[in-house]
Amino acid sequence: MQYSYYPGCSLEATGVEYNLSTRAVAGALGVELVELPGWTCCGSSSAHAVNKDLALGLAAHNIALAQEQGRDLVVPCSACYTCLSKADHQMRHDPGERARGEMLAGFSYTGEIQIYSFLEVVRVQVGMERVAQTVRRPLTGLKLACYYGCLLVRPPEVRPFDRAEDPTSLDELAAALGAEPVSWCYKTTCCGAGLSLTRPEVVEQLVARLLSAAREAGADALVSACPLCQNNLEMRRPAQEDIPVFYFTELMGLAFGLGEAPGWLKKHLVDPFPLLQRFSLVG
Amino acid sequence: MATATLHLPAGAITVDAAFREEVARLSGQPLELCFQCQKCASGCYPTQEGDYTPNEIMRLVQYGARDAVLGSRTIWLCTSCETCGLRCPNGIRIAEVMDTLKQMAAARGIAPAGETGPLFHNLFLSEIRAAGRVHETMLMLKYKLKTGNLFADMKLGWQLFRRGKLPLVPRLKKDPAVRRIFERAGGQE
Repeated sequence: MQYSYYPGCSLEATGVEYNLSTRAVAGALGVELVELPGWTCCGSSSAHAVNKDLALGLAAHNIALAQEQGRDLVVPCSACYTCLSKADHQMRHDPGERARGEMLAGFSYTGEIQIYSFLEVVRVQVGMERVAQTVRRPLTGLKLACYYGCLLVRPPEVRPFDRAEDPTSLDELAAALGAEPVSWCYKTTCCGAGLSLTRPEVVEQLVARLLSAAREAGADALVSACPLCQNNLEMRRPAQEDIPVFYFTELMGLAFGLGEAPGWLKKHLVDPFPLLQRFSLVG
Repeated sequence: MATATLHLPAGAITVDAAFREEVARLSGQPLELCFQCQKCASGCYPTQEGDYTPNEIMRLVQYGARDAVLGSRTIWLCTSCETCGLRCPNGIRIAEVMDTLKQMAAARGIAPAGETGPLFHNLFLSEIRAAGRVHETMLMLKYKLKTGNLFADMKLGWQLFRRGKLPLVPRLKKDPAVRRIFERAGGQE
């Protein structure tokens, strides 16, 4: 399995451990990720808020690059995945939008390239059975609140790989790694990451509610599939709150017994090692 | 199009049907179908701090209350999480409407006092225009300098930097293709 890989701006900075763990885990599963040459910012949370043409044009440009490579595109960041898959959906289903995207990005849209989140690749292309077979150190006893965030599975017509109100793919993955996914109601509730710099006082309330809900549900940690969520849940939490937030790829790396996993985990603002030592998952 | 005055509990507002039609056209959403069931508002956490709930924004758009809507705090608190549109029984993508309202307010330079959302978005897009990608370290610094709030989050920034999460030298290169997209999109930052 060979894909073009779009890391996105966050995975080169605040989400660097998501980048490293995604590449390592893909390798362990036999999924080849080839970084998309010349990729540029998708426009993320800002383009759609102030300029409709930029939102479509910046995403379409990267779809054009992927088309040149002739491989389906894998996008780990939920925000990038949203921009790119929305633009692709617009161009695929609306001739007017297709013409607009082609004009803005200066290319001819063929629709040959599919856009996947990495979680989608794991679930649909690799399969949980294969994941379970790759596990060397099962995460036995670890109770996880799977936090999908708002963007990963919405809107449903754009990304039908999981349910929009009650998604299950991360829960299935947690189980395949030997952990116990807990039942809770905040799987897709927005953490407010887009307001983290401009309205931190609003975001702090959202984050506090999410983390305490995860604790109430009996979770030892949260699992995230988005660099904006993961950072936001660490940066804007109440001072006394120390429940860790992992990327799903980091937990896969730990369960697969990959030697580089502790290096990723050292980059977290909230130290996850005490928890992992309690479950004999590191050291 | 004619304007009129509508007297609401919050005071008198000027209404303009042309505004409703413009929002419907730009967002592509069937605004007239909103019947105020409030499912959007009940699932909307971020805008709880705003001046209107999402269904109230929809009603004000239906009225044609241009100034009240474009000057509201709520539109900038919307994170486009899509919960509202997912639950809307009439299939209105309210996040698309919120985006349209933000775009209209930004194009006219309208923002409530103290709202730094438009500034953040402009800095973000300037980074893309200049370098093709967003350098998070520079974006955070520029935002802090512009808002004069340099010391808030200083400790946080240091913690991120120490963990190698705020690189000083990014992997960027100027990209003429990105410049051209900005030019075709009207040159707006």
